[in-house]
This record gives sequence, structure tokens and C-alpha cells, in this order.
Amino acid sequence: MKVSYYPLGDQAVLLEFEQEVSPEILSDVQCVYQEIKSDAPEWLIEAVPAYASITVHYDLKQLLHAEDAEAVVIDYVKEKVAASKNSEPPEKRIVRIPVCYGGEFGPDLNEVAEYHQLAPDEVVKRHTNGDYTVYMLGFAPGFPYIGGLDASIATPRKKNPRSAIPAGSVGIAGQQTGVYSIETPGGWQIIGRTPEKLFDITKNPSFLLRAGDKIEFYPITEKEYEEWQE
Amino acid sequence: MIKVIEAGLLSSIQDKGRTGYQESGVIQSGVMDSFTLRIANTLVGNNESEGVLELTLTGPTLEFTEDHLIALCGADFSAEIDGEPAPLWRPVVVKKGSTLHMRFSKTGCRGVLAVAGGFDVPDVFGSKSTYLRAGIGGFKGRALDKEDVLPIGDPGKESEAIFKRAKESPFTWSVSGAYTDSVYSPEFIHVMPGLQFDEFTEESKRTFTSSVYKLSKQSDRMGFRMEGEPLERTVDEDILSEGVSFGTIQVPSDGQPIILLADRQTLGGYPKIGQVASVDLPALIQKKPGESVRFKWVTVKEAQQLFKKREQEWQELKWIMNKKLKEA
Repeated sequence: MKVSYYPLGDQAVLLEFEQEVSPEILSDVQCVYQEIKSDAPEWLIEAVPAYASITVHYDLKQLLHAEDAEAVVIDYVKEKVAASKNSEPPEKRIVRIPVCYGGEFGPDLNEVAEYHQLAPDEVVKRHTNGDYTVYMLGFAPGFPYIGGLDASIATPRKKNPRSAIPAGSVGIAGQQTGVYSIETPGGWQIIGRTPEKLFDITKNPSFLLRAGDKIEFYPITEKEYEEWQE
Repeated sequence: MIKVIEAGLLSSIQDKGRTGYQESGVIQSGVMDSFTLRIANTLVGNNESEGVLELTLTGPTLEFTEDHLIALCGADFSAEIDGEPAPLWRPVVVKKGSTLHMRFSKTGCRGVLAVAGGFDVPDVFGSKSTYLRAGIGGFKGRALDKEDVLPIGDPGKESEAIFKRAKESPFTWSVSGAYTDSVYSPEFIHVMPGLQFDEFTEESKRTFTSSVYKLSKQSDRMGFRMEGEPLERTVDEDILSEGVSFGTIQVPSDGQPIILLADRQTLGGYPKIGQVASVDLPALIQKKPGESVRFKWVTVKEAQQLFKKREQEWQELKWIMNKKLKEA
């Protein structure tokens, strides 16, 4: 595994892996991330994993005695990178997400179908057949960046973003598919909605998904959606 | 309790921020000016990182339903208590029934109001900071509104002691202007080269520090949009989204830099030309839209030395404050 180390200012270090989005790199990122988090020193504020990088935020106040604070941090993470070679990535969970496609919940399903000259049902079929992996969370609490969309239904973003997209909305933007975890403005093509909550502050854990999860979308009817909400 | 008569432009409860949840997409939030957070809390005997009310450009008008010990630090909103000027950078007793009135900021953009005992709002993911976009934390997950009533926590022993002394005879000193000037009036905002620094044209690298950048009106707690000479990259490869931090300077395709701040998203996908040195963040965030900034390159080592020096000054100041706070 090839990792490069760069400063991100005076209180963070960025670990860059090979810059590609792939299950192999994801697995490397996860292994190193696990190691960094285990028995973390006091100066480690937090580490933030992304597609092919980990940002390690450190508390310079706790490292003022050190001749070279950044070197202390880099030495620590290098050790962790070495140790990660013997570790296994977290178990891959399969999370099934019910989606009510089309209708009022998926106002752009027809537009997406027309764009590809497919029947709406065919778009739904291809969307549910995807082999999906959550690469990282970001943008909003619990919002997953999901890879694995069938390229034949990849669709550009809407020209005019909506000012409010309800939580649970399932959308397509270019090669990505995703689920809105909170209500927010956005330009994704919305093809359906899930009654599942990706972010629920009243629950512990509050986030339905985590990096590395495999996702299976499956269709439900409007009636099933309504009943889900009870 | 404190009752909100007028909310001001954007008043929200913030502490040092929420850490440990960026991996799940939860942003850091927290006060924009961490220097005011530490001083204001120390002045009222709170823990340095206790939640305070952060005020923006136009301060609120607040009515006190009980006696409270407060400290106002940062921007100068021409605060008055029942028509009498209220000093900044000093512990002040506000009597039951009194009104604290603030106006448009004369100097600076953001102030904080700390109250002895802190604001009694629940911790969300370990922090009292308001995460405005997700509607969590702080007071009901939002900025203050007219007629809100803010619950105040029980003051600890240190707060009680300062409170008692201030009631007997008001404090007549404030934190020295010489000290605050050294924080808020640097000639330059020091910046370190960012990860994609080398991808920018030689001219852009020079322009960034030789010209002046102005804060656009579209600047907020998420980030400052800067207006000035556009910066150009020699390549146009996309970058995979990756972690960013408080002070990361990104350059989108229009060439106008954006400085990411307290409410930045957890990940960013624009090239990073630089990063603001931690010591200069308080000075930067006190700029108002329309004001300008000059940048100067430093190395990470130099930025860390500046930080170390500031931290030593802070320890001295804290020692002096604690001594003065104990004097009758």
C-alpha cells in the first residue's frame, strides 16, 4: 500500500492513498483508519476518512513540548500504516433500503427514463440491481457517497436545483446515487424515497450507514411506505 | 434566565465545536473566534470551552429575569445595560429586570457573550454548538429568535466567587488592548502552502500574496468568499473529495478563493492553494464583508512557532486574569 503524507496547515496531516475510487483502496483506508483510532494519543482530535485519504487532526496545544509536532504525528501514523497490513477491514454489512419509486416521492423518475429512452420500470430495475458500496459519509449527517450505479442510468444533475429536498429522497447525480439524510437544497434527480431514516438523532447509533457497507435497494409500494411510517 | 427581545442578525449558542463525528458527515461547528471563547469564559469563571452566545454584525437585545454575571468579548456592538455603556473584555453583573441592548458592530464582525454557569442546553454528540443546517445542538437547533427564553446553568464555585466580588464592587479593569491588538491587528494573515499549491501558475502564487483580497457579501460561518485577482491552475484534473480544516483555502474554477470556516462541510473537492495559520484565524474572522485582507506565506514550522508564542501569551494572560479576579 502506497501512502503519502502532507501537512494540511499547522494542526492536521493528510494521508493520501492511490487516488482512485475502488474497493481495494477503500479497504486500505478502512484498515489504516481503524489502527489510527485504536489507543489514540491525547493530541489526536479526530481522523476523517474519505475516498482515498485520511485527514488526521491534531491538537498542537498538546504537542508544544515537541521539537517538531508534525513529525510526531507523521511518525505515529506511519506506525499505524505499517500495523494495518496485518489487520482486516471491518465486516461488510449488507443494508437493505426500501424505496418507493416514482410518483410524488420520485418526481424525476420519468425525466430520467426519458433521458435514457427507457421505461420508468426499467430504470427502477436497473437501480435496484446495482452492486452498491458506501465509500464515505459527508455533505450532511449520515449522507452516503455510494459507488456502483449502473452506468446506463447515470444522469446529469438538474439544471435548476430544488430549494428543499425531503429527507429520505433517493437520487441520481452523474455516476452517483445517494439518499438525502436531512432536508436540504439540492440538484439531484429524485427517483424515489425511503421511509428509513439515515440520520436519527434519537437513536444510538444515529447513523444507519457507515463506510464499507453494501447497499441493496428494493422497491416498495406507496401503501407499504405509509405503513412503514407508523 | 435570559429573554430575547431582539435576536440580532445571527445569534447562536456555540462552544469549541463538535469533534469525533466528521466520519459520519457531522460538521465541527463551534465559535468562529476561539480566542473570545476562552477569554469570555475565563472572565466569568466557566470552563474555557463552555458554550457561549455568538453574535454577528448586529447584536441582540436581551432582558435578564435574574441577576447574572456576563462577559462580552470580540466585536464592539456599542452594548448598553439600561442605557449605560457596558464594557467589553470584563466581568459585568447584569441585575434582574435589566436590559442589555446592542447595535450594529462598530469594530469587528463577531462577538461572544459568556454567562456564569453557561447556557443550560443539552449536549448533542458531545457539544452545545448549534449546527444550523442540520437543526441540532444549541438552543433548539437554531439561531435565536424573538421571545426565546434561554435557560442558564448553575454557576460553579469559581463563578460564584467572581459574582460575589463583582456584586460587592464592580470590576474596573478590562483585558488590555495591547493584548487584544496583538491578536486582531496583524499586518498580514499568515498562510501555508496547500496540497495543490504547486499546481497553480507562478503568477498566481505571487498574486495571492502581492494583491489584496476583499471579503464578499456571500461570506458566512461556512466560509469566506474572497474577491480579487483570479488564481489559475496549470492543470484541470478533478480532485477526489477529501478532508479539509478550519482555514483551508480552496479555489473553485472561477479562481476566487474560498476560506473554509467553522461550519465548513467535512469534505472538499476543490484544489487547495493554502491554509490560514491557526493564530490568525481570530483576526480573519473579525473582518466584515467588504473589508480586505493581505496574505503572507509562512512554513508549517513558522506557523507552529507563532502558535506556540500565542499560547504562552495566553497562559500569562490567564494567570493575570485569574489573579485579578480573586482581588477584592
